Amino acid sequence: MPSFVISEKCDGCKGGDKTACMYICPNDLMVLEPNEMKAYNQEPDQCWECFSCVKICPTQAIEVRGYADFVPLGSSVMPMLGTEDVMWTCKFRNGTIKRFKFPIRTTPEGQANAYKDLKANDIESQLLSTEEADGKAYPQPGELV
Amino acid sequence: MALPNKPTGELKAVRDPEVEEREVDILIVGGGMAASGAAFEVKKWMSDDQSVLLVDKAALERSGAVAQGLSAINTYIGENSPEDYVRMVRNDLMGIVREDLIFDLGCHVDDSVHLFEEWGLPIWKKNEEGKNLDGKKGQKMGTLKAGAQPVRTGKWQIMINGESYKRIVAEAAKLAIGEENVLERVFIVELLLDANKENQIAGAVGFSVRENKVYIIKCKSMLVACGGAVNIYQPRSVGEGKGRAWYPVWNSGSTYTLCMRVGAELSMMENRFTPARFKDGYGPVGAWFLLFKAKTLNGLGEDFGSSDAAKAELEKYAPYGTAAVTPTCLRNHLMLFEMKEGRGPIMMDTVTALAELGKTMDKKELKHLESEAWEDFLDMTCGQANLWCATDTEPEKKNSEVMPTEPYLLGSHSGCCGLWTSGPDLDWVPDDYKIKADNGKVYNRMTTVNGLFTAGDGVGCSGHKFSSGSHAEGRMAAKQLVRYAKDHADFSPALAQSADELVDIVYKPVRTYLEHCAYTTADDINPNYIKPNGMMYRMMKAAHEYGAGTATFYQTTSKNLEIIMGMLETMREDNEKLAAGDLHELMRAWEIQHRIWTLESHLRHIQYRKETRYPGFYYQSDYPGQDDENWFCFVNSKYDPKEQKWDVFKKDYIKMFKD
Repeated sequence: MPSFVISEKCDGCKGGDKTACMYICPNDLMVLEPNEMKAYNQEPDQCWECFSCVKICPTQAIEVRGYADFVPLGSSVMPMLGTEDVMWTCKFRNGTIKRFKFPIRTTPEGQANAYKDLKANDIESQLLSTEEADGKAYPQPGELV
Repeated sequence: MALPNKPTGELKAVRDPEVEEREVDILIVGGGMAASGAAFEVKKWMSDDQSVLLVDKAALERSGAVAQGLSAINTYIGENSPEDYVRMVRNDLMGIVREDLIFDLGCHVDDSVHLFEEWGLPIWKKNEEGKNLDGKKGQKMGTLKAGAQPVRTGKWQIMINGESYKRIVAEAAKLAIGEENVLERVFIVELLLDANKENQIAGAVGFSVRENKVYIIKCKSMLVACGGAVNIYQPRSVGEGKGRAWYPVWNSGSTYTLCMRVGAELSMMENRFTPARFKDGYGPVGAWFLLFKAKTLNGLGEDFGSSDAAKAELEKYAPYGTAAVTPTCLRNHLMLFEMKEGRGPIMMDTVTALAELGKTMDKKELKHLESEAWEDFLDMTCGQANLWCATDTEPEKKNSEVMPTEPYLLGSHSGCCGLWTSGPDLDWVPDDYKIKADNGKVYNRMTTVNGLFTAGDGVGCSGHKFSSGSHAEGRMAAKQLVRYAKDHADFSPALAQSADELVDIVYKPVRTYLEHCAYTTADDINPNYIKPNGMMYRMMKAAHEYGAGTATFYQTTSKNLEIIMGMLETMREDNEKLAAGDLHELMRAWEIQHRIWTLESHLRHIQYRKETRYPGFYYQSDYPGQDDENWFCFVNSKYDPKEQKWDVFKKDYIKMFKD
């Protein structure tokens, strides 16, 4: 189900510091055409439909059309990614619409505790740094042959 | 219109790229869960004078197998024991696993899950009445680390709201390692051995997919964690749909190829995974089986899995087939059995399952249940949700077909191919499983090449790590990377090749292209070279037809294997004529080489193991059934880079934990 870019909505992220879809695509598919200043999917048959480009696009210019091999026309699935939740709108071929909202994270973006100041001690032990800090011990296995 | 004999990509490749040389103590190659775990852990152990660099082919925020998100964490030990975890993995993988590696992973995996929750990953909880709360509402129950109860779907799996799983893990990884120590959009294509010290890793070479630049990076120790291998077999969908692989389509076997080409020993490369998933969309079925208690029916509407015929079939594969939980390959085997007998297709009976659950639920709970079913797809396989929409499939009204996919190679899911590595250096671990480095020490997760480590899909013989276990394993390896670099502080890596020679290797497809592209009027068709896209189809077709692909219901024979070995040899020769006109195509040119080497190792192992250890994943039809007397052992292999020769051999399986 390859992603596609709606010409009218794409501005090539000209106001941003990077082309968002090109930055994020895990398979290096989204590219910017510098003359038209618009992005496109350069290899639709290698698209994993991961929706990373759809979710990151600042102008909602990217959507996804089902793989021609096996997906009938007429449906759509669209996410709106917020800071705490994602809202999905799923439109059926027969017109039915379902909406779902799911939480995506419980902490403010950018503030994951990376334990930057944690310095671990015993490099010869079997413990990971946070296990060592928690005072854990590596278990002696039971039920050995 | 201009003649189509020019590169089509936006970022054109030039003959002579810029070269950037770097030297660090520790190099991390990859950006998925394992590499992110390593990035989080590594600096906690490093001294101030040590340096580290992480190199990712994509952007850390959405790279690797969890890019899209996940709806569950499949390994959380919790109230279970690591010993039980070993027994589960051992049975699922038909008896032959490295129990030291699995136990060790089981001791650390929960620590990573606790970190994920602290970083902000919403994890479902049980409330006081035993009802399910999603990850946001569940916060009031406290954290898993503090003793809150997760929502289990099966013994090992816990449910999450995982759309942003990778973004959260990557954020912590980047913060911990420091953004200045991360190189994104750089694809490492070859590892380099030391010029002076035998069997010692010394560096890696790769290129940027954003600018014409080759990177030559020297290091003392290195982690290679670039996932498994996808699209090495012709997929069931061959048009646009070949992107809809079950595992991430960008996993190109780089972990295995990079390591094997410097002589690292492989193990169990014959093992593969052909997951049974919702047909075409490849949406997950686990929640349907485990959470919604759905059954699969054959074309006659029969619950074939409970039939006497199925039981009789499973008994052939005792004790694995008769265990309380049927191994994944044997579940596939039963499906294939029905299909070959003319009783397909296999349908997931979602209608009955939801109706049954509805009997004890009020309207609000039912609505929530429906939402859970859709979230399972939307969190990790959005395309399956769209396939349901496009085919007007509401699971309470219409059943969906299930089908085993094309084969994948991996070491973290229900498969166990990968590198042969050390486990923990503990007294209960057999000496045979401890690889001694040049200084006589044992470094956990080190391969047979000194200083070269792997994790996640890279570590063989220990499947069922999944996302959480891969992260934990990356952390375990990171500590050892630092330890190795400290123990070898005096080692100064030296490369055998000059910068020019390395550029010649990396940019060869570009030079081939530029030299010849004007010869014809269409750049894809030229007798002087082959484009990566053409080579991809050639490899897939050969694997599909001869290498136990879906074309033959996963069956192959000794003769078929002999034929494809000849074809692979020719492919490797023709790889010398790969051509790339732009940087994206150069990435594809290297990926296809990595895939072909990985495929060859897979088939060499299948050829060597003269039995059918994993019915349902593949069948060596000349040797049907299991032959415990001769083959209850690992199969390992080593490619000798100097002699350019393969050696495939047996390695003893040592049982450590009681049944």
